[in-house]
Amino acid sequence: MIESLINDERAELTQAVKKAAPVVLSTRIRLARNLVGQPFPERADVLQRREVLTRCADQLGALPQMNKGSFFDIADLSVLEKQVLVERHLISRELCDGEAGTGVYINKGQTCSVMINEEDHLRIQFLKAGFNLKSVWKLIDTFDSELEKTIDVAFSEDFGYLTACPTNLGTGLRASVMMHLPGLVISGQMERVIRAVSQLGITVRGLFGEGSDASGHIFQISNQQTLGQSESEILESLANVLKTVIDHELNARFKYLEESRAKLLDQIGRAFGVLKNAHVIASDEALNLLSFIRLAVDFGMLPEANRADVDRLVIESQPGHVQYAAQEGIAPDARDIARADKLRKEFSNLPALDFDKLQDQE
Amino acid sequence: MAENLKCSICDQEATVHLTQIVNNKIHKVDLCETCAQKKGVTDPEGFSLADMMSKAPLSPVSGEAQLACPSCGHESGDFRRTGRLGCSACYEVFRTLVFPVLEDMHAGTAHQGKVPTVALSRQSSHMQLKQLMGSLARAVAEEAYEDAAKFRDQIKEIKELKEAGALEVSPK
Repeated sequence: MIESLINDERAELTQAVKKAAPVVLSTRIRLARNLVGQPFPERADVLQRREVLTRCADQLGALPQMNKGSFFDIADLSVLEKQVLVERHLISRELCDGEAGTGVYINKGQTCSVMINEEDHLRIQFLKAGFNLKSVWKLIDTFDSELEKTIDVAFSEDFGYLTACPTNLGTGLRASVMMHLPGLVISGQMERVIRAVSQLGITVRGLFGEGSDASGHIFQISNQQTLGQSESEILESLANVLKTVIDHELNARFKYLEESRAKLLDQIGRAFGVLKNAHVIASDEALNLLSFIRLAVDFGMLPEANRADVDRLVIESQPGHVQYAAQEGIAPDARDIARADKLRKEFSNLPALDFDKLQDQE
Repeated sequence: MAENLKCSICDQEATVHLTQIVNNKIHKVDLCETCAQKKGVTDPEGFSLADMMSKAPLSPVSGEAQLACPSCGHESGDFRRTGRLGCSACYEVFRTLVFPVLEDMHAGTAHQGKVPTVALSRQSSHMQLKQLMGSLARAVAEEAYEDAAKFRDQIKEIKELKEAGALEVSPK
């Protein structure tokens, strides 16, 4: 059912050639919204959920932003299809496990997805490659205002937008920025960063696995509090924290380069060699090696134009995507072979690493 | 060995003693082996003492009536157990229970953000229409025709505004 999404040549996260940036992979904002006069999804029975699903799907389909978009009833998707959508961050794991009467509307280009009957009636999400809090907010704010013209949203003057869980009350806004932080991880500073930002109401989670040594060195940093501040205040304070994290990351990288130059070049060179020649590779290993290739792009050792390839491979190396591409149920062993095949093929198209570029940066 | 400590959930002997600092507040809890496992304390990932404490079923204070939401049937016990509300009307019903939770959770307890002006003005004009329709029917039944004419004119006015789209863009 989801073929057209997977093969879409203009999907934001897998094909964003120009917008990807060093350190920051992508920016996401989601808004939690509910309908007046309907129990929240967890409290609702199947009939009520279906009614909300149908009504919301109709209204969403009428919005210009959803022109040529696709709607999926979660019940119609296979386990594998759901996993692929989760790996693309288009739906949540909670939505997959939901009862009957859940669905998702995804726009053309996959910058916007709206989950229906997850924890709240509506979970609207906009996503862009790179560090783009302001422009993503503009997009989602416009979309939300448009939707409000036809849907009566639950709102109170005191508490703002009313949500199933009080943790999302008020603005219902959660902004998450995906960051690539090899410098902080390698220099052992990640633990400290996580502790420092959590004091500021900001959460850090590993994208693949928890803790400070998440594979791929990729972390998701987001605001925790939603009430008592305006949207722009929330976004601004998150942006300030992120800018500091970016500075620390860049410092850590250059310090590592200064102190352990040969080691860094060796790690990047070996990562390239393995990805280009391996025949069996697990997803964790692939992610960790791809992290060094992304670092190589940041250091100018690979052309900027290939950054998007690396970011795409991070997504396409995940278990669901490898299995989906194989078009049949394959065992984990065979999956590691299929993953290696794909990476070898992709890496044979990349230019050789230009180690001289690193010399120039000193 | 802290032999005298009892599990804060079931009164068995507590063997797990946990301290977490969240938002500069110290949370302490003593648990027996069974309850610790049930609450996922042994799971090093994602366990939050604050979450557990805010969701722990509080023993009902004697004399405290169990509140229930007239719209969806959600009860105060449901909120204490799950930390979630049943519908948007629950926020008024359980206001006194929700408020203290918000103080710990957020930067403030009052909404400072976006207001859905279009949806609100539509909802309020809808309510107004409903009320006027009721008044009109009553006036007709009571043969108070002068009043009825007044209500009819007001209804007409709102409907015309609505059709012209004026209500959709005017602030609340």
